[in-house]
Amino acid sequence: MMNLGPHADFIVASYALTAFVIAALIAWIVLDYSAQRRILGDLEERGVTRRSQRKNGT
Amino acid sequence: MAVIDLANPTRFLTLVNRVLPWLIAATVALFAVGLYHAMNAPDDYQQGATVKIMFLHVPGAWLGMMGWGLMSVAALGTLVWRHPLADVAGKAAAPIGAAFTFICLVTGSLWGRPTWGTYWVWDARLTSVLVLFLLYLGVLALYWTAEDPGRGSRAAAVLTLVGAVNLPIIKFSVDWWNTLHQPASILRMGGAAIDPSILWPLLIMAVAFTFLFFTLHLAAMRNEILRRRVRSMRLMQARELAEASA
Repeated sequence: MMNLGPHADFIVASYALTAFVIAALIAWIVLDYSAQRRILGDLEERGVTRRSQRKNGT
Repeated sequence: MAVIDLANPTRFLTLVNRVLPWLIAATVALFAVGLYHAMNAPDDYQQGATVKIMFLHVPGAWLGMMGWGLMSVAALGTLVWRHPLADVAGKAAAPIGAAFTFICLVTGSLWGRPTWGTYWVWDARLTSVLVLFLLYLGVLALYWTAEDPGRGSRAAAVLTLVGAVNLPIIKFSVDWWNTLHQPASILRMGGAAIDPSILWPLLIMAVAFTFLFFTLHLAAMRNEILRRRVRSMRLMQARELAEASA
């Protein structure tokens, strides 16, 4: 077992907080991606297209 | 493919989809190696085991500043060339840079209590980094609350360029003023002042955090491009409905 000395609480708190912030950032980005993909899918299903798609005839 | 071709959002999305899995794998591998070496690094002769906080605090500080530097280049692209991808890059970097600056501030505070005897002092380094964090919040407020996204982006770009003045102040604050925060010990004339047994884990962790930053940034840029497509499609839909009912 690693010995973190008398200030172990400060070290553990630093690593826990950093892990939490990074996890929150990753979760936000992943959830945002799936939300945008879902909305785009819904719009395409309803036949809505972007102007550039119309120009390309796609 | 020429580099300029990547400035096209559709081509950029293709590139991001190809590169992201490799970046994620490299980031995870770098963190595994970095954390292993960080946990097995020897205690500092003065600070003891609290030196392990440095492996989070220093990369957090570097990336908080690098994020603003990246946003400043993107702001130039937004204001001078009005390139949409530059604006996407700036907007996507803001929350990530803010998160790393937050990590820097809080881990610094948690490191300061056992080593300095206080969580916070209003010295030049700590205050200028707090100002950087507040500037990040200001830019995010402009991006997220502006009714007209174009106007919000231009205002955020101006604030970003004005805020870039703070970067050299942060870097040289420890030389220009008498601060409780220690002077530069890695990027300084005469080489690093840290023992290699601690310096190497720090550098590996810094590279791991940098990879994490760019992985998150590319993923956030992809989200922003998709969000703009959604907005453009909704506008088209609304226009068509208005024309049909007229």
